[in-house]
Order: sequence, then structure tokens, then C-alpha cells
Amino acid sequence: MARIIVVTSGKGGVGKTTTSAAIAMGLAKKGHKTAVIDFDVGLRNLDLIMGCERRVVYDFVNVINGEATLNQALIRDKNCNLLYILPASQTRDKDALSQEGVGKILEELKKDFKYIVCDSPAGIEKGAHLAMYFADDAFIVTNPEVSSVRDSDRMLGILSSKSRRAEQNEEPIKEYLLLSRYSPDRVKLGEMLSLEDVQDILSLHLLGVIPESKSVLNASNSGMPVILDEKSDAGQAYADIVDRYLGEERPHRFIDEDKGFFRKLFGGK
Amino acid sequence: MSTNSKKTPNTSLALEFKSSNFSVPVLALSSDDLITIEQQLQEKASVAPDFFKNLPVVIDLQASNKLECNIDIEALTAVIKKVGLLPIGIRGGNAQQNKQALNLLIPVYSVNHGVTTEEPQKQQTPAPTPETETRDTSTMLITQPIRSGQRIYATGDLIITAQVSSGAEIMAEGNIHVYNTLRGRASAGIQGNKDARIFCFDLQAELISIAGIYKVSEDIGASVRNKPVQIYLQNQALIIQDLLQHH
Repeated sequence: MARIIVVTSGKGGVGKTTTSAAIAMGLAKKGHKTAVIDFDVGLRNLDLIMGCERRVVYDFVNVINGEATLNQALIRDKNCNLLYILPASQTRDKDALSQEGVGKILEELKKDFKYIVCDSPAGIEKGAHLAMYFADDAFIVTNPEVSSVRDSDRMLGILSSKSRRAEQNEEPIKEYLLLSRYSPDRVKLGEMLSLEDVQDILSLHLLGVIPESKSVLNASNSGMPVILDEKSDAGQAYADIVDRYLGEERPHRFIDEDKGFFRKLFGGK
Repeated sequence: MSTNSKKTPNTSLALEFKSSNFSVPVLALSSDDLITIEQQLQEKASVAPDFFKNLPVVIDLQASNKLECNIDIEALTAVIKKVGLLPIGIRGGNAQQNKQALNLLIPVYSVNHGVTTEEPQKQQTPAPTPETETRDTSTMLITQPIRSGQRIYATGDLIITAQVSSGAEIMAEGNIHVYNTLRGRASAGIQGNKDARIFCFDLQAELISIAGIYKVSEDIGASVRNKPVQIYLQNQALIIQDLLQHH
């Protein structure tokens, strides 16, 4: 049975697209046929992060409007043949998406794919709403600072009341916390919220902590999902997250400084 | 959301019985002289005609019946209506008066409030007026966290076993129990019940209010912050009491 994962946060700039790209790549690398959809119509980014911007012909909105078939719009990833990207339209806005149209496309994808990753735009408006509406699982990407935590909390409220599962009284969406841009040194200095502080407010199942890392920016600039950089700390963090999501036991890393020291010792960047 | 938590009252129900308190003037009579009653009422009404126009009143017959003046309800209500008041109930009447009132579709209240139900032979139930006190004792139980931006309204008591986030708003016509951290806004007795209380395990609320009397986070003393407390009204003041402190 296919599962729809929404990567969301409420706040912008916390790492949703980076996470969507990494998770989708990770799942595909594990042998699961995966599609990743950019819901950020008008501010398309996922194609850049995935390094397929020059191969975009048709997009999400074209498919919704019946101007192209799903197969025409899906772009096969150059690094992994089990991964497909459905890019957003850059020339339209969020009003081009309709609940009916999105639902139809997801239903069609579900026949063929094991995981469908929906990269949500920031905010709680139409784009974000449609990205989460059909989800089975939600990855809440949060930065260790108060405004990001509050926005995540707000998003969780919307997930639990406005999603299809909530409206149809089904089992609620499974919610997971991904704490990104975490820096144990800065937590120690009191410049960042600690994992405990965040968990105190959100009390969510922690899927993983992604450390603040130069490798993320490098990966974005080169159009390679950071998870492919196996030596990088962020790449390893995302690999752990994919494993944990698939039910494997992985001890949590990158939470305190000591582990950071060991990481340096064993060749992490 | 789990199925045991009804969150918003946006069901397809076309109607709903809610408990509500109204402040209604009681017209206590101590005479059966309808002419005098009318005169005195007119005098009162002329002082503030806007206030008395269509003013709902409950007629209290206790005193007059003690004096054994057996007022005729039909004639009395005609007088009261003539002055511009609207009789919406009687209390303290004798059996005949009560029967008369019900024939006029005027509800009969017991002296200690509430609609009398022990009427031996009620011919018909009067149409429920908004003043009929229907006691809604239903309790809403919520086991999922209340997140920022969510609003919960309970017509009776509200029990929440998960946390209430900052930016969330919980309201109840009765009491509020939060067996977890309360960070959002909590308003108990929202329809004016001053006996309502708020209980919580860990007080970090942005605002607390009972029957409209409120305190914001800034006004909550450090001595009760982050503690299990109960909050109640005493002489129009909100009292926050540490539940673990022995008195």
C-alpha cells in the first residue's frame, strides 16, 4: 500500500525542500519506487535541489489541467531510476491547484509508487493545505528556535483537524519530528533551543536531528540531494532518518557535543 | 483526532440544547388590586420607558398568596402586557394559578429556580423559551494535544489529558481540567457561571478567565507558575491556588 508523506513546517526556510529531496532519494535508494512532488507553485525549487531543472517540460499544473499526462510530467532522477520528480509550475500561483485535481493525481501515483513525498510550501494557505490534505504521514521540519516551533505546532493543529483523515474520522496522520539546523555548541551557549525544549512544546515522535552543516548548501548548489553525500554529517543524519522511518533501529546522533567529537574522529565532515 | 473528541460543533445537527443563564427581573406582587398594580407599573415604566419596553419578567406570587389574594393570572398578564412588559413565567403560584399560566403558555418556575416538573397533571409542555434552564451535563474529553491555533468549545465540562499549546484557546461553559501543561488560553464558565473552575497540572497559560474575569500571563505570579493549580472566583477576583500547598 502506497503511503503519502508530507514534508511541512509552517515556517519558511527551515529545510523542507532539502528534506523532501533527501528523504525521497533515501527511500528510492532503499529500493522503493518513490515520487516527490513540489507543491510550491510559483516558487519552484525542488527541481534545483534535485538537479533536474533543465529537464522540466510539463509540470504539476499542466497535469491537473489535463494539458499533459502524468507520465509526460514525471522526471526520472539521474542518480536513481526508482525516483521520479513532479515539478511545480513557476508561472502560475497556488490557485491553479484544486483539491479534486491533486486528489486525482495522488490516486494515480498510488497505483504505481510505494512512497509519494509532498514538498509543502511555507505558510498555512492553499498550497500547504493541499500538500498535507491527503497525507498518511507528516514529517514536521523544525529549527531550534521559538518561531519555528510555534509554526510547527500550528501546522500540527491543522494536520489533526483539516486533513482528509481528520475529516473522514480515520486514523490520524502519523506525525514525526525532524529537527534541522541543530548545533549542539550553540545550544550550549543558549543561542538555540535544545532538543528537550522543542520536545517539551511539541511532544512528537523524533525521527532525527539534522545538524547545521555546510554540506547542505553545497548539495543544494550542486543539485545533488545531501543524502548522496555519504560522508557528510547531514547526509548521514538523513540516511538514519530514512532507516528509522522504515522501521530500523538507529541510535540518535548529532544531539550533543561529545558525539560531534567522535564524528570528527571518524571522518565526518 | 481520535473519535472520542468532538472538537468543533459543526455537525449537521440543525439544533442544539445549550445551558444558559439569563438575568430576568422578577415582579413580586403583594396585592391583588389590579388597578393599583397597573398604576404603579405605569409609574415605574414612565421613568425609563426604553428599559421597560418588551422587558421579560417572571411573576412572583409568593407574597400575594401568603396574603391569600388569589390573583387571576389571565387578568394579571393582560395588565402587565398593557404596560409593555412580557411575562415569561410565574412562580410561587397555587395549583389553579399554575394551570392558568400553562393555558396561557407561560412556563411555571419553582421558587428555587428551574422549571417545576412535579406538576401532577401537565396538559401540555410549554414551548421551550430561551429562559428554560436546560442543564447540559455532557463532558467533553480530549486526549490529543491542542495545538496552536486550535479552538475548543465545550457546552459542559472540558477534560483534556494532553497538553494545550500556546496560541490555542479552550473554552467551557463548565469547568476545565487539563491533566498536562496549559500554555494557551483557558476560559471556564464562559456563559457566566461564576462557580466554574480551572484545574491544570502545570500552569503556563497565556490567559485564564472565569465568567469573563481574566488574568493575562504577566499577572500570574511566579509562585503559582509551572505548578499544579486550581483557579476560581472569590469576590470577583481570580484566585490561583497551588494544589500541592497545604493550608
